[in-house]
Amino acid sequence: MKLLVCVSKTPDTTSRIAFSSDGAQFDANGVQYIMNPYDEWYALVRALELKEAHGGTVTLINVGTESNDQVIRKGLAIGADNAVRVNCDPQSSLYVAKQIAEYAGKENFDIVFCGKETIDYNSSEVGAMVAEFLDLPFVSFASKLEVSGQTATAARDIEGGTEMVEVDLPFVVSAAKGMAEQRIPNMQGIMMAKRKPLDVIDPVPFDELSTPVQYTLPPAKKTVQLFNADQMDELVRLLHEEAKVI
Amino acid sequence: MVLIIAESQKGQFKKSAFEAVTYGYKTAQAMGSTCAALVLGEAANAGDLGKYGAGAVYQITDSALQQFDSQVYTAAIAEAVKQLGADVVILNHSSTGKSLLGRLAARLHAGSVAGANTVPTVSGGFRVKKSVFSGKAIAEYEVNSPVKVLSLTGNAIQPEVVGSAVSVSALQVSLPAPKVKVKEVIREEGHVPLPEAELVVSAGRGMKGPENWGIVEELAEVIGATTACSRPVADVGWRPHHEHVGQTGIAIRPNLYIAIGISGAIQHLAGVNNSKTIVVINKDPEAPFFKAADYGVQGDLFDVVPKLTAAFRRFKEEQ
Ligand SMILES: Cc1cc2nc3c(=O)[nH]c(=O)nc-3n(C[C@H](O)[C@H](O)[C@H](O)COP(=O)(O)OP(=O)(O)OC[C@H]3O[C@@H](n4cnc5c(N)ncnc54)[C@H](O)[C@@H]3O)c2cc1C
Repeated sequence: MKLLVCVSKTPDTTSRIAFSSDGAQFDANGVQYIMNPYDEWYALVRALELKEAHGGTVTLINVGTESNDQVIRKGLAIGADNAVRVNCDPQSSLYVAKQIAEYAGKENFDIVFCGKETIDYNSSEVGAMVAEFLDLPFVSFASKLEVSGQTATAARDIEGGTEMVEVDLPFVVSAAKGMAEQRIPNMQGIMMAKRKPLDVIDPVPFDELSTPVQYTLPPAKKTVQLFNADQMDELVRLLHEEAKVI
Repeated sequence: MVLIIAESQKGQFKKSAFEAVTYGYKTAQAMGSTCAALVLGEAANAGDLGKYGAGAVYQITDSALQQFDSQVYTAAIAEAVKQLGADVVILNHSSTGKSLLGRLAARLHAGSVAGANTVPTVSGGFRVKKSVFSGKAIAEYEVNSPVKVLSLTGNAIQPEVVGSAVSVSALQVSLPAPKVKVKEVIREEGHVPLPEAELVVSAGRGMKGPENWGIVEELAEVIGATTACSRPVADVGWRPHHEHVGQTGIAIRPNLYIAIGISGAIQHLAGVNNSKTIVVINKDPEAPFFKAADYGVQGDLFDVVPKLTAAFRRFKEEQ
């Protein structure tokens, strides 16, 4: 099986989020970057498991600048065979998806994996966009994925439940919690990753149609009002009269 | 024209459909345009969407829409956009909406904003805000394509009745056969699903063990809330995975979030800090969650929770 995993780089979950003084740019000073957890823990690991079970290759793709190579190498250390980086500084999901689709369209992958969303922009868009550009079926929010011959079955997380679906290869899938278990790269993997191919290719021209122009921090919470266990009637009254949520 | 896609489940509109129409109506007002609603598949009382501001309601009924396949739904919406000349398409930021937003953006060469939570402004470009970095910041986007697609965050706007029901017009489109075949849908019956819940009662490791959850369920029952939990609790199997909220679980924005025996780690807050009102019950006065709370109760949850439930009962009886 020929598998492609889309990976992106995001600030670590505990990073302090700050912006330039005019609010126009994300302030990357002191920010620790990681591979987006949905890409790493679920999409990549499930792709590796499928390769181990059925044979084939796992390719990583990232759309970004050279500073992303560290995250890509981590993916190679976890077990991917090779990687491609489309060299540019994208501003929108559509631009990213276009670049991925350009590459994927030439390579005829059986399954294109991505995470269900990135933990920075939380948009959940790229998988659907890649699927549309490639005119492929899309299985979103998959928490399970099994492949047998040319057919895959998946469990999709939907509001208040699960949907079981069946689809023929090729298709695009977005990975949610449950699809696999995180793998920690070992020393051998890290050493081998250094020698695995990471090809850098140029982007195709494409317009940025939707871009973040202004960032702000949410208004600070007013300080908490404290109660003890014997003041619950008062708390309920405030939830009704002040917060108006009951 | 602003075209909103009204989501339904088993032939009934969800509250989010009315939220989307109200949002579409306000967006159309801001743009000096009109708002129409599109219903995919069968839905009872489709004309009622007019009450929330849809000047027209269109419906596509085709057997291919009976089950969800993003390719088929995208084809239907794209065809409607073309026939009606819509320039803004509004979806819900739900599992269905999220699966369509990106496809539509690619199909229509449209700039998109996923999870919009403010009515767009149009003086000086089409701009709309969304929450980013798991609720730690707000980004304003500018969309500069002729056609734009947005998905609306749940509970960001309340439905408002502004008009009356309208008649429903059928649209004729030809659709491809679904390639993703739905074999089975398993739903937790009897509860409002977490992403749609207005009231949520959530508990964490402070509960000590799954056998103690009765007091949490009772509290939820009394106020009609949906239950949630922190990640470690789902990981060890004290609670089902679909209750796990936070960075790696479900992100929610209810009107009321009651956190019981949860410390308030940053990854937990990432999924809940957009809640309108947060109540924290914790015995540790230093628990980080108190900093994110509107109301806090310092005390042993095994003492506090039954007392809070009793107070809600008294309140309900007086109502
Ligand atoms: C990458 C990453 C992603 C993560 N994603 C998530 C996520 O999505 N969701 C999530 O929840 N966590 C997530 N976590 C884990 C998170 O960091 C915390 O470990 C977790 O939220 C803690 O859960 P808790 O508050 O239930 O438990 P604890 O941190 O153990 O807190 C228990 C709390 O209960 C209180 N308590 C104990 N006994 C009582 C009592 N009798 N009465 C009152 N209070 C009591 C204690 O004072 C304490 O504050 C993630 C971590 C990482 C590294």
